[in-house]
Amino acid sequence: MLNELFNTAPYALARAEKEKTLTALLTRLTAHHYEKCREYRAMLDGYGFSPRRPVDSYYDLPFLPVRLFKELTLSSVGADEVFKTLTSSGTTGQAVSKICLDRITAANQQKALVKIISSFLGSARLPLIIIDCPSVLKNRHSFSARGAGVLGFSIFGAERIYALDDDMNLRVDALADFLRRHAGERILLFGFTFLIWRHFYAALQESALSLDLTDGIMIHGGGWKKLSDQRVSPAVFKAGLQAVCGLERVHDYYGMAEQTGCVYVECEKGYLHASVFSDIIMRRPSDLKVCAFGEKGVAEVVSVLPHSYCGHALLTEDEGVIVGEDDCACGRKGKYFTLTGRIKAAELRGCGDTYAANFS
Amino acid sequence: MTASEKYLQTFAETFGVEAVEAAQLEYQSIQEWDSVGHMSLIAALEDAFGIMLDTDDIIDFSSFAKGKEILQKYNVGL
Repeated sequence: MLNELFNTAPYALARAEKEKTLTALLTRLTAHHYEKCREYRAMLDGYGFSPRRPVDSYYDLPFLPVRLFKELTLSSVGADEVFKTLTSSGTTGQAVSKICLDRITAANQQKALVKIISSFLGSARLPLIIIDCPSVLKNRHSFSARGAGVLGFSIFGAERIYALDDDMNLRVDALADFLRRHAGERILLFGFTFLIWRHFYAALQESALSLDLTDGIMIHGGGWKKLSDQRVSPAVFKAGLQAVCGLERVHDYYGMAEQTGCVYVECEKGYLHASVFSDIIMRRPSDLKVCAFGEKGVAEVVSVLPHSYCGHALLTEDEGVIVGEDDCACGRKGKYFTLTGRIKAAELRGCGDTYAANFS
Repeated sequence: MTASEKYLQTFAETFGVEAVEAAQLEYQSIQEWDSVGHMSLIAALEDAFGIMLDTDDIIDFSSFAKGKEILQKYNVGL
């Protein structure tokens, strides 16, 4: 059934069909993790949820607070099957999530990411500017979420260049040379929101250098917390980039290390979209009941990919509003939404944001 | 050098293994062929043969043998 989903266009399922598919897959995952993960079973038992009792919808399945992955290492596969551990990029004093990946989960994450992103970029791979430094992939066996993002997006690059050196300086000459060699081609840029602003935008703004990226397309993610503290809104971000390098196509994405692969990409109309592999449900902070469309709530995210750890239904610490479903003007099916911020007292998280903590 | 030899050599050089071993490799079967190594291998093969793989083919490229099959599509004489 998951394989069928991989053969479906990533925004092709309308509500009824998507609910049926997700309910079947997520119910199965709940039973799988109940059987394989002692801690998860204990939590569901404590909550009084039996995976044998059928649910009408995945809306009724239990969800875990995302923070739990900072406190517990939750694995549903044998230690010998865990081949990579993904960590959220924590800084000193911050707890770090640890996500255990087996081969099948990691492969499915990459496949889902490719399906989703290709629907925005097309199937041709493009010259890629990674707005990060090479050392982000230094430890190959334990990735930070930043490293996983860089690696995951590398597949879309025909030729890749890191825009920053390991001291986070913009590699001006190397970039100019790269753009000369790829003159007339569409260029893809990938990076984390705060790093782009702090080390790419700022460096270009301060220097006399002008890079022409009019034909470029940027995909960025990792959180807005730090930038909104500095009063940099998405509109300011986009206008700034356009001013320093002519970039017009900029897509934000929302996603978390705990559900790698299932990214929610911003469409041409400015809304984040849920793909067929995942969904987002806003819940009232007071009683966790499902919000109406247009009503602000805390985001629960579900993903059909996590097989090696019980991260298929998570309550995040992000607040937002579902704008609608199946009827976005961009033409994509599924829910579309905006995020409004973090719930109060939430620990600073998001890969760009944890890096940003060094600058506060 | 034939295309087959070039294919084998690219594997051996990317992962630092002997040719005999290279021909038996599968994705994740050795430490060097992890997700980072995978992107290095694809880049090396693309350089060696002057081709560009589709993203789907990069994902399906799961072993030495499977890769050989995939590269048939790109008319490199394998």
